[in-house]
Amino acid sequence: MGVITDHLDLWGEAIGGTLVLFFGGGLIALVLGFIVGAMRVSPIPVARAVGAVYVNWIRNTPLTLVMFFFAFCVPILLRQRVDPIVLPMIALGIYTATYVAETIRSGVNTVPVGQAEAARALGLGFGQVMAFVILPQATRSVIPPMMSVFIALLKNTTVAAGFSVLNLGSIRSWLSEQGENQLEVLIWVMVIFVVLVLLLAWLQRILERKWRIAR
Amino acid sequence: MSGSVLYDVPGPRAVVRNRILGAVTILVVLALFAWVIWRFAVTGQFSAEKWEIFGYTQIWVLIGEGVVNTLSAFAVAAVGALILGFVLAIGRMSEHAWLRVPIGWIVEVLRAIPVLIFMMLLYYGLPVVGIKMSPYWAVVIALIAYNGSVLAEVIRAGVESLPRGQSEAGYAIGLRKAGVMRLVLLPQAIRAMLPVIIAQLVVTLKDTALGFIITYHELLYVIKLLGSNAVYHSPLIPAAIVGGSIYVAMCLLLSYVAYIVEKRTRRSPKVVVVDTGEGEELTTATATIAARRGLGNNDASGL
Repeated sequence: MGVITDHLDLWGEAIGGTLVLFFGGGLIALVLGFIVGAMRVSPIPVARAVGAVYVNWIRNTPLTLVMFFFAFCVPILLRQRVDPIVLPMIALGIYTATYVAETIRSGVNTVPVGQAEAARALGLGFGQVMAFVILPQATRSVIPPMMSVFIALLKNTTVAAGFSVLNLGSIRSWLSEQGENQLEVLIWVMVIFVVLVLLLAWLQRILERKWRIAR
Repeated sequence: MSGSVLYDVPGPRAVVRNRILGAVTILVVLALFAWVIWRFAVTGQFSAEKWEIFGYTQIWVLIGEGVVNTLSAFAVAAVGALILGFVLAIGRMSEHAWLRVPIGWIVEVLRAIPVLIFMMLLYYGLPVVGIKMSPYWAVVIALIAYNGSVLAEVIRAGVESLPRGQSEAGYAIGLRKAGVMRLVLLPQAIRAMLPVIIAQLVVTLKDTALGFIITYHELLYVIKLLGSNAVYHSPLIPAAIVGGSIYVAMCLLLSYVAYIVEKRTRRSPKVVVVDTGEGEELTTATATIAARRGLGNNDASGL
């Protein structure tokens, strides 16, 4: 326990860094992913194509490479310094947005066409069809896989360790400078992640059970 | 577009509106590209001296070595992950609780540990207790452990999606447990899950890039090396573009294989299509099970 209790402030900062990356990246991913997901199911062929290219290309790019672009190349292009945690956060957001978009798209696709047709036959307008019939059903089938996306995001925050951001992934190098046992540090990091991930997975199971669709 | 739940066949006004929105989309994308190209031009990324480095054979040999290192880590990790996946899947489906329960825990824990942390544990952590290993093996072993546990879940999901009659018929003709698994269940499960399995291999390929962080000399490492070469005016952005394209091309190629297999699976009469009862059309057992369990594509890289 000495590794933790002797450096409480550093551990606090590292967990803080991970949480900033997680929530910041998650917010960017949700907003961007929602826009791209909407583009991919829209009636506009150009928007669908743009969405498809974005999703396919970014998904086939290693996250490390996306972060490499943002952390090293963007400051050169902007010609100014940026807060070191911001760029990896944007990279995480842009990368995770593709998964959010795909989850939203497949969620919308699970709603049978007959549902919308029946709603229209009742005389509901577009907004009403969306608000009362389609979105409530789509949301329910989107939430469990969306939790998997966020579990993945949480684990992906460690990649920022390669780009000099203090988080749980890089606390090892900070503590090893102070002569701490690296094995012990890494095992504690692992334990924290396993606990956090199992917590999220447990939440996912509860939500899944609560919002199961009875069809 | 009669197949969508979201909108009806557009009328004249909707057609006009869609065209306007389409034009706006094109404008936004073009503006984004224009801005990037403008920044490139301003910071002198198009100058000949920044790209000069790619005129030398020696440099391409270096890049080639990076690609070979990436692919060799991927190849060993992929084979290892497949083997580990089978072992864990069969263990987790065992009838003996003393085998099933611990293996279930191992799979869950391995899936919960970020791959990078596992690599660091192998590369920086184990030397403390006297086990030294090259970055190559740290990358490979971490990838095998993580992807093997994910593949185990994929294979198990595939087996469990098969109708019970399959194994019952197997037992009825006198096969034993091993025979039922080997001759009846696994061949069908693998065929149904092949696209997800290949998609997971794409994740493996992407995750080899994490080796960069623990100083494995793979493609990204070479990019960084070339990019910070002051003799050639530190061409970081050109190097990232060249190396990044190679990475994306390799992953897209493998994803394309998964796509082809998926399409063939969908048509194949040999694959059991599970009736999901969820009103999903045109879906194989694969896609449904994967979506339900949040496997495959949702299990993003670097985890």
